[in-house]
Amino acid sequence: MIRFSQVGKRYPPGLDALSGISFEVNAGELVLIEGHSGAGKSTVLKLIAAMEHPTAGTVLVNNQNVGAMKRAAVPYLRRNLGLVLQDQKLLFDRTSFENVLLPLSIAGFPAREAASRARAALDKVGLLKREKALPVSLSGGEQQRLAIARAVVNRPKLLLADEPTAHLDPHTARDVARIFHDFHQVGVTVLIATYDDALFNLDGARRLVFDHGRLAP
Amino acid sequence: MSVWLSQHRDALAAALRRLIAAPLNTLLSLLAIGIALALPASGQMLMSNLLQLASTTTPSPQISIFMKLDANHDAVSRTEKQLKQHSGVSAVKVVTSEQTLARMKMSEGLGDVIDALPKNPFPDAFVVTPHDDRPDAMESLAKELRGLPGVEHVQLDSAWAKRLEALLRLGRTGVNLLAAFLGVGLVAITFNTIRLQVLTHQAEVEVSRLLGATDRFIARPFYYFGLLQGLFGGLVAWLIVFVAAATLRGPVGELANLYGIDFNLVSLGTTDTFLLLAVAGLLGWFGAALSVRQHMRDT
Repeated sequence: MIRFSQVGKRYPPGLDALSGISFEVNAGELVLIEGHSGAGKSTVLKLIAAMEHPTAGTVLVNNQNVGAMKRAAVPYLRRNLGLVLQDQKLLFDRTSFENVLLPLSIAGFPAREAASRARAALDKVGLLKREKALPVSLSGGEQQRLAIARAVVNRPKLLLADEPTAHLDPHTARDVARIFHDFHQVGVTVLIATYDDALFNLDGARRLVFDHGRLAP
Repeated sequence: MSVWLSQHRDALAAALRRLIAAPLNTLLSLLAIGIALALPASGQMLMSNLLQLASTTTPSPQISIFMKLDANHDAVSRTEKQLKQHSGVSAVKVVTSEQTLARMKMSEGLGDVIDALPKNPFPDAFVVTPHDDRPDAMESLAKELRGLPGVEHVQLDSAWAKRLEALLRLGRTGVNLLAAFLGVGLVAITFNTIRLQVLTHQAEVEVSRLLGATDRFIARPFYYFGLLQGLFGGLVAWLIVFVAAATLRGPVGELANLYGIDFNLVSLGTTDTFLLLAVAGLLGWFGAALSVRQHMRDT
């Protein structure tokens, strides 16, 4: 499903975030991308989602070369993956329901089906009762769960999460980790960048450990 | 409803919400656009009224044909017949030398002078109304009539028509220039408003992109915003012109009456109103498209 071949990423003025990275992720895997802050974990996820382009090597997602992808094709790649970012990127002037509805509107789902799917996703993360709440009125854990609901509402085959338990208390973090585990159990390929590996100490999870932009042996 | 239609409906609704969300900004933008558009629209209204006035108060242009003094009755009759059969002539009025003499005798102070003349000094004449009263066509007809046998002089009454046409052409050019300049102004206003709108909704744009929105999907509400802003600005312009026409109608009518003219100032007609709204909307859309495309290119 995902193949990195000798991938490098250099940011101006010459900082190597990644160099010589090669790995593969098969469909249905749960992969934990671990490493210290600045090790290159987030960059890996951004390269998969075409938020960044590699400066060396190739990144293949579903056999598509993401680095060489035309701008017009990127939206269609992103519609097929769920993205949970560290800062969540919620829209604070929209309700929880409207936030979750957005990917479905973008994908052109009929209004009734979209509403039904959005409520199902909110229910899955335990936020159905807060569907009319604005994100600002939600706790940190609820905001994270809302971001997960928005990421999975399109029922993607690939779910990417960047530090999904950062800034959460241990109890809430465990709840969030469990949600990812559930998605993995139903066949979704899950890549999680985290420094909190204890939370994701799950059966079948594969670890990719990064150190200063390189993959540790 | 198809996906395409429902996405357009949603974009239109989003644009309306954004217009309503900042009422003061919206009002000020609409006033600026409305006033800018009201100037050429008022010019167009004045031109329409002037054309109407010109068509109702000026007589049809005519050509006067004077026969030679020695032209006999048969020659005059032949010329009359030729004129009446001419395809470029709408009407012919014969003014005989006797009729002219009689009229001149009735003129104050001329009776005795004319009685003292040994013979009638006036020629037979024709007053011709042409089918086509454009200056060029009249010139061409007059040239042709000069060649008729027995004709001494042809007098063309087209100077006023030329002056009026030149005046109207000048007016039209002025209105078109004004419309072009202020049209550019409207595009600039919309460009700037949309730029601010995009910056205000930067978070939404960014999130939508991450969730797989195409540039077209992101741009659509901004396009509709520009279109609606232009359209509503056009409505404001129409209202300004309508109020101005209603306010000026009385005084202008009174002034016209003093010159013996029955004149009623009218506001923009249906075609001009439709044109105003269509152009305003399209310019708004164009300004928005320029602004959004520049933003998309830069990000």
